[in-house]
Amino acid sequence: MKNILNLDPKVIENARSCAARIAESIQTFIDMHTTVSIERTVLRLLGADGVNDVDIPIPNIVVDIIKDGGGLTRGAAYWIGNAMIQTGLSCQEILEKIAADELDITKLSMASTEKVQEKILPLAVEALEKIRNETSKREQYLATIGEGRQPYLYVIIATGNIYEDVIQAQAAARQGADIIAVIRTTAQSLLDYVPYGPTTEGFGGTYATQENFRIMRKALDEAGEEVRRYIRLCNYSSGLCMPEIAAMGAQERLDVMLNDALYGILFRDINMKRTLVDQFFSRLIIGYSGIIFNSGEDNYLTTADAYEEAHTVLASQFINEQFAVRANIKEEQMGLGHAFEMDPDIENGFLYELAQALMTREIFPKAPLKYMPPTKFMTGNIFKGHIQDALFNLISVWSGQSLQLLGMLTEAIHTPHLQDRMLSIENAKYIFNNARDIGEEIEYKRGGIIQTRAQFVLEKANNLLHEIEREGLFSTIEKGKFGGVKRLRDGGKGLDGVFIKDENYFNPFIDLMLGGVK
Amino acid sequence: MLHADTSKADAVAASTVDLTKIKPYGDTLNDGMMQLSFTLPIPEGEEANEAAKLIAKKMGLEEPAVVYSNDLGIGYTFFILYGKCRHTVDYTAIKVPKVDVDVMNRQQCEKYISDNIKRDVVIVGACTGTDAHTVGIDAIMNMKGFHGHFGLERYQGIEAINMGSQVSNELLVAKAIETNADAILVSQIVTQKDVHITNMTNLVELLEAEGIRDRVILVCGGPRISHEIAQELGYDAGFGPNSYAEDVASFVLTEMAGKKRKPLLH
Repeated sequence: MKNILNLDPKVIENARSCAARIAESIQTFIDMHTTVSIERTVLRLLGADGVNDVDIPIPNIVVDIIKDGGGLTRGAAYWIGNAMIQTGLSCQEILEKIAADELDITKLSMASTEKVQEKILPLAVEALEKIRNETSKREQYLATIGEGRQPYLYVIIATGNIYEDVIQAQAAARQGADIIAVIRTTAQSLLDYVPYGPTTEGFGGTYATQENFRIMRKALDEAGEEVRRYIRLCNYSSGLCMPEIAAMGAQERLDVMLNDALYGILFRDINMKRTLVDQFFSRLIIGYSGIIFNSGEDNYLTTADAYEEAHTVLASQFINEQFAVRANIKEEQMGLGHAFEMDPDIENGFLYELAQALMTREIFPKAPLKYMPPTKFMTGNIFKGHIQDALFNLISVWSGQSLQLLGMLTEAIHTPHLQDRMLSIENAKYIFNNARDIGEEIEYKRGGIIQTRAQFVLEKANNLLHEIEREGLFSTIEKGKFGGVKRLRDGGKGLDGVFIKDENYFNPFIDLMLGGVK
Repeated sequence: MLHADTSKADAVAASTVDLTKIKPYGDTLNDGMMQLSFTLPIPEGEEANEAAKLIAKKMGLEEPAVVYSNDLGIGYTFFILYGKCRHTVDYTAIKVPKVDVDVMNRQQCEKYISDNIKRDVVIVGACTGTDAHTVGIDAIMNMKGFHGHFGLERYQGIEAINMGSQVSNELLVAKAIETNADAILVSQIVTQKDVHITNMTNLVELLEAEGIRDRVILVCGGPRISHEIAQELGYDAGFGPNSYAEDVASFVLTEMAGKKRKPLLH
């Protein structure tokens, strides 16, 4: 894209390299650690699934046993591989025996790491092959039935009942939706296990379970074949089970996953060490599986002011980009987030929103940017709300956003009713079509409001990044620089699930996935 | 002008609204005009329109007209419908319980504290239960406030402790005891399946079990909260949409100073 905002490329480069150093310093910390959720993910990838007779998921049972035996710092894969060597049983048989309390894998004699690696590697390769099959299915669909034009129409479903969700999702697909996100039930992010099986009860959303993923995937494939347009499925690789859900998403061919450690730290009070370590492994899986990740910068603006704190969004996008680079994620899969959240009473607020959206597009030219609708200033006046959503849609098509989470006129009232979704899809389609090439037609006044604003936000973001570099990311969060929310490095939930790896730590997937798709 | 006489008659009619028998106004007094939109789980077509009109008639709307209908993609149909309401209500007989307090602005609240309370007021707030939305409690408590109305943190003489979201009732009560709070604010945004009712009731029970219900001012707020619900659940006050920090502060301070409140039913 040409430099329509007259942004200084040196400032962009400066900000980007600063973010790279920030991410690198955290990466050193990440590489030294593993977590209970990462180890459960390794087990899931190796085929652990199901629950015992009191509904405890098998991955949790196995990891807890290894943890209690003091072995987690070597990695769950080591203990499974070792048990295979010592007992001659298959991985599945071992998992079953552990669940039935018939085998303690931490009490067996111990083979060398090399021997275990030899045993486990074929299983790991096979696991990744299954994921690659799903990725190819997606590619095949895109090549045959195709997809909607960007900005993709992205709607949320949140009935709490997966079967009701299916009805609403299929309706939305027929109305024109390109991406269906199944909102999770309130507080699932704080569960340190992933529930199992199909679920029909949830508050404000539906449990993310592998079976629910499967049910919705099948429904969307059916709808997609019918409307001759691939329908993407989105869920949340976030919270205490961040990497496990990424693995489930990879196995069940989810296409988009929200994944942002900072979001969990700030808005769910998840411990920063835990979730940053979890995020890396999640992003490895996401990158490997061709899933688009969505970062959650938009959420800062629900607590902080969108006009005054716009630079924190950009700074966080730079950092999220660099974390993604370290997890081998392609730019085309970086769904960096931002939002249309300025107070509608601000004079020229539309111009500032436009400046932010154009700037984001220009700085991250290939990223499938996720643009979030107005929420904070939506009211019970659904008529005005529909107009707020219209302005948001106009900016999106104008600035070339990629994933358009459609605003609902009833945003401030309830989870969307069936007709609300239809009205918002109609709104977006009308505006996207009617103003399709507006972005190509317009040039901006040199030194005008839009250019000046974009330059100002970039400059401020660059300054903030340098401040974060000096201060360290952990301390910056402790001081409440993002979203105005303060979190302590040893506070929050999940710190007891973080472990320092010992020198023999073994996780076959890290190297395999860092190597990329072969 | 052809209709000059009619419009004159309307003008006369408009000046005599009978408050004991009011009905919706479209463009003429007592025309009863209402607009509705809803979905029926049936496919689009003339039968569907007829069904929508029958629903409207059962609701007391005369001459219902479906002005728009559209299939929602799964054999369900969305309608926009107009009709004339035949019911009336007696406006003069309506009584609504409200938080009845003279609202002071921030400066007045601050002065009220130094004049009447003469010490710092401690207010603990949280969004409780599994509810993860801080937007309500932040709007009332955070320094910045909302929509140009500063939050309680900004008030001199008020120590505002915002515990954030997903706070358990137990934790909130413990914090209130620890800080010797004068008032507890509870925000509830998620109300799906009435989860807020259970949650808010539980807090009252907890305070009663601790024997401190009478010693704190208990206030709740949220988009679906009304003063009436709040009182039913045993709260001192409830604040719905469009409430700001000064509304809450004025109530808490007035209550603390023991000023006689006007009767709630007026």
